[in-house]
Amino acid sequence: MLEDQSGDFALATIGKVHGIQLATDEINAAGGIAGRKLELVIYDTQSDNTRYQEFMRRVLQRDKVDAVFAGFSSASREAYRPIVDQLNGLAFYNNQYEGGVCDAHMIVTGAVPEQQFSTLIPWMMEKFGKKVYTIAADYNFGQISAEWVRNIVKENGGTMVGEEFIPLGVSQFSSTIQNIQKAKPDVLVTLLVGTAQASYYEQAAAANLHVPMGSSVNVGQGYEHKRFKPPSLANMYVTTNWIEEVDDPKSKAFIAKWHAKFPNEPYINQEAENSYLAVYLYKEMVERAGGSTKRDDLRAVIAKGDVCFDAPEGKVCIDPKSQHMSHTIYLAKVGEDHSISFPKVWENIKPYWLGDAGCDLTKSNPNAQYTPSNPPPKS
Amino acid sequence: MFDAVFGFLYQFGDAFAFLVLCATGLAVIFGMMWVINLAHGEFIMCGAYVTVTAARAGLPLALAILCGAVVAGLVGILVERLVIRHLYGRPLDTIVATWGISLIAAQGTLIVLGPGLPGISTPLGSISAGGLSYSVYRLVLMATALAILAALYLVFNRTRFGILARATIQVPHMAEALGVDTRLIYSLTFGLGAALAGATGGLYAPTMTMVPTMGAQFIMEAFVTVVVGGADVFLGTAPAGAVLGLVKAAMTSWQGQLFGQIGLLIAVIVVIRVLPRGISGFLLRERS
Repeated sequence: MLEDQSGDFALATIGKVHGIQLATDEINAAGGIAGRKLELVIYDTQSDNTRYQEFMRRVLQRDKVDAVFAGFSSASREAYRPIVDQLNGLAFYNNQYEGGVCDAHMIVTGAVPEQQFSTLIPWMMEKFGKKVYTIAADYNFGQISAEWVRNIVKENGGTMVGEEFIPLGVSQFSSTIQNIQKAKPDVLVTLLVGTAQASYYEQAAAANLHVPMGSSVNVGQGYEHKRFKPPSLANMYVTTNWIEEVDDPKSKAFIAKWHAKFPNEPYINQEAENSYLAVYLYKEMVERAGGSTKRDDLRAVIAKGDVCFDAPEGKVCIDPKSQHMSHTIYLAKVGEDHSISFPKVWENIKPYWLGDAGCDLTKSNPNAQYTPSNPPPKS
Repeated sequence: MFDAVFGFLYQFGDAFAFLVLCATGLAVIFGMMWVINLAHGEFIMCGAYVTVTAARAGLPLALAILCGAVVAGLVGILVERLVIRHLYGRPLDTIVATWGISLIAAQGTLIVLGPGLPGISTPLGSISAGGLSYSVYRLVLMATALAILAALYLVFNRTRFGILARATIQVPHMAEALGVDTRLIYSLTFGLGAALAGATGGLYAPTMTMVPTMGAQFIMEAFVTVVVGGADVFLGTAPAGAVLGLVKAAMTSWQGQLFGQIGLLIAVIVVIRVLPRGISGFLLRERS
C-alpha cells in the first residue's frame, strides 16, 4: 500500500490506509484469500510524487508484492503508472479522478466524470440556471475535469461565464471571489484540491458570495463540511459514491465496524470506502482465478464481466473494457448547518465513457490516458 | 468608476497586508540577526493553532490572536536558547537547523494533533460596493498590517530595547563592552520575530484551513518580500509589500491567480537584478 500518511494530502488519505487495513484484517480473520493470508507492505508516500516512484519500484522489485494499492492525486498516479507498466505490476487506484486511464495494469475503483459530472451538472443547471463558472486546481485533474464540465454545460444548452485555473498551494482568493461576483454565475463548479485551496470557501462566505456550488471532490474527500464552521459550505452539491452520512443499514454496519477498529477516525470518506472495497474485489478475483495472483489470470476473470462486490454503497462491478467501476452515485447537499441530505441517488452508473470512446483492454492495451479532446484513436 | 477603484484598492490592500504580515517576523529575524529562519511557517502555524484553540475555548478573537502571538514568541525564545544561539555567524548552518525544526514541528503536529483542526469562521461579515461584496475582516487585516509596521517602528526607534537591539546588531562587541547583555537581546529579538509570525498565523487563522502544513502557504510570499525588501524592516518590508502587492493585484485581477504568481516572481527577479541589496539597501545607500 502506497498512500500518503503525511504531507498536504494526509487529511484525505489516512482513511484510505485504514480502509485497506480494515478489509485486510477482516479477510485474514475469515481465513484469508484462497487459504492464504494477506500481508500488507506499507510505505508512507508523504504527498510527494517522487516518493511514489521510489516506493513503486521498491514494492515491485524488492518486496515483490502481488498487487499495489496506490495514489491520491492524479499527479501521483501519473508519476507511478509508467513504473507499474514497465515492471508489469498490478495497481489499484482507489480514488475518484478526471477519468480516461486506459491501462491493463491499473484497476480504478474511484468514480469518474461520467459518473460525477454527467449527473451533477445537468441537475444543477436545471435547478439553478444555465450560467456556469468553474474554478479548478491547475494540474491534470483540474484541467481535464474542467473540460468535462465545459462539454456537459454546452451539451445542455448552458454557457460558461468564466473559468479560472488556480495553482496548487494558493490560499488567498480575494481577487478570484471578485471575478466570480462580476460574472454573476448561476452555478459555481469548484474543483479545488488540497488544504491550501480549501481556504476558498471560508473566504467566499466572508465576502458574502453565495452562488450554489457543485463539486466532485469536496465533502466526499476532504470532509470540509465537518472541518469548517457553518455556513461556509452551505449550498454545495457534491456527487459522491459514498460518504459516512449515507443512512442505510449496510452503511451503518460498515461505520460501526470501522469505528470499532479506528475509534478516532475523524471522517470516513468515499476514498476510504473505495479502498476498502478494492481489497474485497481483489479477493474475489484471486479466488475465482483459483488462487492465482498473476495479473493475466486476474484479467481473464475480469473479462467475464461479472466481478462484483456488495460494497457499503451497494453493488459495484468492474467494467472489463476500462477496468473501472460501476457506482451508486449520491447527490449530497450541504445545508446551512453543514448537515448532509441526499436530494437524489443514481443507481448503478457505469463508467461508460472509455469503453464507448474506443478503449477495450480485453483486446489491446494502450497504457494511455485519454480526455474528451484527446480520445482513443479509432481503429 | 468609484466601484472599480475601490475594488482595485481592496485587492491591492489585501495583497499588501498578506505580504507584509507574512514577512515582518522573518524580516526582523533576518535583518537584526542575519539568521535565515526556515521554520518561519511553523511559527505561523503555531500562532494559528493556538488562536483557534483559544477562540474555540471562548476567548474573544483579538485576545486569542494575542495568545497565539505570545505562545509563538515563547516557543521562539526557547528555540533560540536551545538551537539558534549556538549557530550565530554561521548563516548556512542556521538554514539547515531551522529547516529541521520546521520539519519536526509540522510532522510532530500531524502526529500529536491529527491531520486537521476545525476552523473558526471569519467575523465581521461583509460590505457591498457597486454590486460586489467584500469581507470586512480583510479590511481589518489591512489596518493591522499598517499598525504592526507602525508599532515595530516605535519599538525599534523609541524604546530602550530598540536602541539596545540596534546597537547589538551594528557593533556587537562594542555593545557588549558597554554592558549590554547581547545574548538576552538576541533571544528577545528572535522571540519578537516568532511572535510576529504567530500573530500573522492568528490573524489569518479565521480565513484559512487549519492543517499542520499551513505554514508553507505563507513561506513563498514571506521570503519573496524579504528578498525584495532587503535587511531593513521599515525601509524594506513596507515598500516591498507595496510594490509586490501592486504587481500581484494588477496581474491577478487582469489574468487570474496564475499570472498573479508569475508577475510576483518576475518582479522579484527584476528587483534583485537591479537592486541586489533589496529596496532598503538601495534607500540606505542613497541616504548615506
